[in-house]
Amino acid sequence: MPGVDSIQMTDRVSKRWSVRIHPRTPAMDGLGQTLLADIHQLPLAHIEAVRTSRIYLLRGNLTALDVEQLAKQLFADPVSERYTITEGLSQRSDRQDVIEVQPLPGVMDPVALSTEQAIRRLLEHRDDKPAPVIEVRTARRYEILGAHSSDELDRIASRILANSCMEAWYIQGSQRHDVLPEDFSAPPTLSFSLRHVLIRELDDNQLKHLSRQGHLFLSLEEMKTIQRFYQDLNRDPTDLELETLAQTWSEHCVHKTLKSAVDYEGEDFGIPGRVHIQFDNLLKETIVKATTDLDRDWCLSVFVDNAGVIAFDDQWGIAFKAETHNHPSAIEPYGGAATGTGGCIRDVMGCGLGAKPIASTDVFCLAPPDFDANKLPKDVLHPRRVLKGVVGGVRDYGNRMGIPTVNGAIYFDERYLANPLVFCGCVGLIPRHCIDKAPQPGDKIVVAGGRTGRDGIHGATFSSAELTDTHADEFSHAVQIGNAIEEKKLLDAQLLARDHQDGCLYSAVTDCGAGGLSSAVGEMGEQIGADVELQNVPLKYPGLRYDEIWISEAQERMVYAVPPDKIEKFLAVFAAEDVEATVIGSFTNDKKLRVRYNDTTVCELDMSFLHDGLPRTIRKATWTANPPELLVSARAAPNTLSNEPTACNDRLLSALSDWSTASKEWVIRQYDHEVQGRSVIKPLAGLQSGPSDAAVIRPIYTSKQGIAIGCGLCPQLSDDPYWMAIYAIDEALRNIICVGANPQRTAILDNFCWPKVDTEQSMGTLVRACRGAYDAAMAYGLPFISGKDSLNNEFTMSDAEAARTELPKCIAIPPTLLISALGIVDDTAHCVTMDLKSADNVIAIASTDIRQNDLTAAMQTHHKIAALIAEGKVQAAHDVSDGGMAVALAEMCIASGLGISANISTGNFSHDLFDEPSTTYLLEMSEKDANSAGLPILGRVCIKPNLTIARDDHEIVNLSVEKISGAWRSPLSHGGSQSS
Amino acid sequence: MSELRVLVLRAAGINCDEEVMHCWQLAGASPTLMHVNTLADNPSRLDDFTIVTIPGGFSYGDDLGAGVILARRLMQDLAHPLRTLVDRGGGILGICNGFQVLVKMGLLPGSDFGHDQVTVTYNNSAKFEARWVKLRVCTDRCPFLKSTDNKHIELPIEHAEGKVVTASDTVASNLASAGHIAVRYVDDEGRTDTYPANPNGSTAGIAGLCDATGRVFGLMPHPDRHFDHTHHPLWTTRETSTTPDGLTIFQNAVRFWKK
Repeated sequence: MPGVDSIQMTDRVSKRWSVRIHPRTPAMDGLGQTLLADIHQLPLAHIEAVRTSRIYLLRGNLTALDVEQLAKQLFADPVSERYTITEGLSQRSDRQDVIEVQPLPGVMDPVALSTEQAIRRLLEHRDDKPAPVIEVRTARRYEILGAHSSDELDRIASRILANSCMEAWYIQGSQRHDVLPEDFSAPPTLSFSLRHVLIRELDDNQLKHLSRQGHLFLSLEEMKTIQRFYQDLNRDPTDLELETLAQTWSEHCVHKTLKSAVDYEGEDFGIPGRVHIQFDNLLKETIVKATTDLDRDWCLSVFVDNAGVIAFDDQWGIAFKAETHNHPSAIEPYGGAATGTGGCIRDVMGCGLGAKPIASTDVFCLAPPDFDANKLPKDVLHPRRVLKGVVGGVRDYGNRMGIPTVNGAIYFDERYLANPLVFCGCVGLIPRHCIDKAPQPGDKIVVAGGRTGRDGIHGATFSSAELTDTHADEFSHAVQIGNAIEEKKLLDAQLLARDHQDGCLYSAVTDCGAGGLSSAVGEMGEQIGADVELQNVPLKYPGLRYDEIWISEAQERMVYAVPPDKIEKFLAVFAAEDVEATVIGSFTNDKKLRVRYNDTTVCELDMSFLHDGLPRTIRKATWTANPPELLVSARAAPNTLSNEPTACNDRLLSALSDWSTASKEWVIRQYDHEVQGRSVIKPLAGLQSGPSDAAVIRPIYTSKQGIAIGCGLCPQLSDDPYWMAIYAIDEALRNIICVGANPQRTAILDNFCWPKVDTEQSMGTLVRACRGAYDAAMAYGLPFISGKDSLNNEFTMSDAEAARTELPKCIAIPPTLLISALGIVDDTAHCVTMDLKSADNVIAIASTDIRQNDLTAAMQTHHKIAALIAEGKVQAAHDVSDGGMAVALAEMCIASGLGISANISTGNFSHDLFDEPSTTYLLEMSEKDANSAGLPILGRVCIKPNLTIARDDHEIVNLSVEKISGAWRSPLSHGGSQSS
Repeated sequence: MSELRVLVLRAAGINCDEEVMHCWQLAGASPTLMHVNTLADNPSRLDDFTIVTIPGGFSYGDDLGAGVILARRLMQDLAHPLRTLVDRGGGILGICNGFQVLVKMGLLPGSDFGHDQVTVTYNNSAKFEARWVKLRVCTDRCPFLKSTDNKHIELPIEHAEGKVVTASDTVASNLASAGHIAVRYVDDEGRTDTYPANPNGSTAGIAGLCDATGRVFGLMPHPDRHFDHTHHPLWTTRETSTTPDGLTIFQNAVRFWKK
């Protein structure tokens, strides 16, 4: 029997109850032990213990016996847990210091929703009683032993246990007695009145003020365009119309900077001299132009849909998309990364008539986990917390959706302190006949999935703004909480509707992401028009104002265009999967976006103005080398070059324990990377879990053909974004070639994360990256199929904070371009991993310096290596990147436990051992195959677990594999929270 | 040979149904995928099937603990028909979340043990872990494991709540003596209690249990993720000609029930 500590019984009809569940013994409290370690890091080393419990707060016509039945059958595990039931919503603690954390009213609480449903089901068979009306909230409680003051408890709560932008905490016990809420507080109810914004009479300053205070984040020029539009209409806009324009015209949705006309006058690209180039549309004339010029027939859908699609075989296409979710992750890392993952998955679900997600990727750019906590600016979360949060978010969303997270990278640099970057990618499988979609006039507009709440208001415009130290307060409403199971149900239902025996039950689908219904319906109806009845949108709780319903970015929603003759079947499919689907309007043919709320028209906008009215600007751009750095990169400058053995040994050990290079096993093992049974090459390789270059999966169980997924990211080269882009593309391609991809069937994605682009020089950095991307894509034959950008990744703090933290007043991220690569693997039987295989083999090298040669020479190297791998001549392949040749050799040893004896001479490799050369591969081959391929031999694999490297016969590195392995594994072995 | 009909159960958050369906097909069975809502509407559908499989995932988000909500649902709507299926000689296979469901329903280790004797709970590491493990087969009464030459198998685990805990040491030794422990985690020396060979701190290295008949079997590791030799993390380093260990489990069942 589970233990019952106390039950206070009095029966009445409707009551409040609190049920607290705790581990049976402290030894069973694994979470408590993990939290204690985190608290000791604060540092509060004198805290003795943390005891955790979870609380279910119930309101309804429940008797004490009912509650006990729930505690026994639903809440508490009969073996490992005990429960305590109290009438009322608070369980007082007088002796122990306790922190109780509760979600703020209106914050999404998926566990509470599941609990409500489970209770209804459990109690629905109660004899002769009506089904109880139940409302559930959840809370978490932490008993802290050994705290000296309530300040310490507040510190533990704010730094580790809770996030004040969506949770409240209450301290009880010997130190303080916060009063816990007596009842469930509801989010505020806003009554209806149609509001107009008197824009026609405003002067420039007032327009600017409106743009900032209304969180529209539009430029003066854009505000004036809107003003003129309404002056011509002889009326003022409704607040909802203005919001709709701001969402649709946001940088996030329309990428107006990259698409603008640019006049570039500055250094030439890759060759000395200066040039003057005018772009009518920067993106179209660089990134998109590469795709158009390459004109590959296997590119099935490029830049027009939520994801790009390439052909897999005659029947199937592969969709690929990568997104960023930077600003939300800065404020709430767990929720931000989780909903970033969820949002990118929905992009793939909303591609064509829907692709089935089969893999995810994640890349993070963060400040080093050992950043001095005393120098942290106000409202900036410590990088260690950000790391744990974003990893947890990706983990919980991806694992729950049942989508393997197969590839990623983490790059550390102090300049990401206040603007961590979170890139989420998703790969989907789509029947080729499902790639095209078009909503038809008369189709019903259906919203399906999660309900709409106040979560995520202004995400699109917020993400287009610069962060300041007031943003955590100002934009806490932009944070969304994910509910992966809701999205999984939605996916199940959508695939059943897509593959229905009567044919696809809808004519178009898109995801409800940034901008909410406003963007989703506005985009779908762009060519035809749409009528929406907002009062029909299902809400999480009453009291949302019409404009909130329209722009809410509540998660897990998709919008469908369903022909009237299929609507009944469509709704039945969704109902059978327990997914709510609701008709909220129709598509029309009058090219207007019309929104009503209970018979009042709250929006009537021409689709043409909404989508084509954005004023185009010409931006001037220039660029000269060596722009000043605002904050020194965290990456240590190369030590003075020395070929002395001890110096090189030390350099290698420190290069291996560089945060960016060190093992990411702690992260990778938290991700399910094998669900769906498609895995061929996993993120960890070899007996000793070395770092794979890329992942391979088999999309179709019965086919040997596969796809390789990898990435390239070189912000350390952002001094000249032209070369940074080329190196990133080169790295992404090398990574997937190393596992067996066919470079002639490879497509890439671009994700730009930039600081503010408001000067000619900063615009110049964007131009250089775009041009580098074009040059490399053309030379290597790699079409871009989709892309995304996130600008304004800067953080401004007050002068006082800057003085206190000794940081620059404005911290800008380095220009960062992530290239994700997706390549077809013709036969997965020929895939290779990077771990050494046999002491009979040699290590051969293939290297081309792209700064000395034209890119064609590098292309030939890539193709040559890919061919050797496809022919089965390569036993192990590894890309040389961060940390150079020395680190790459070490990683091959670490993965296998075998050793390498290498002798480097100018004949085979002229760079410094620790330089990051371009286009360099290390290949384990038989001596005969290496010779016949004409590849220089660098060394031999040996049984003895030792790495020795000689330079011109002079030994400069001699380390045991155990030693290098330890250096590589220790930094991130516990999420960076324990010093090595 | 007649066809072997297998029901693969689906519910909100179950996410390994596709690979489980494929494993049954590869092994030569005839699997049918069905949502628990559909089955609960008409439980007599179970009469058509010999084996029920509950695949892995996060049923209903595991929001009240792993497998709890689906277990309650099955106990409420399908307890009797499932019992009947086992009584007439059929089998139940629970993988990962499916195993957690079977334990929380009390179908594992079975009616010889009270509902409050054995559970599956949070890993010692208090977090989700993905890694390959080596398992020793410890029973000869489980048809899913009946293959003579295969006393060690290798499969991946990917879970946050996989630690099998018993109410007392006596319960653990009863499980062993009564032959309920189907598979244990072992390291290269055969020990069951070293991390990460035992990835979650499971009592006695328990990775899977079977009931008194041997025909109800559940395990935390995923046989459905080792149906091809390229699934094994070391496939590029070794020659393989034998059947992948995961697929063997499905084939064993087909061999047993189809004869």
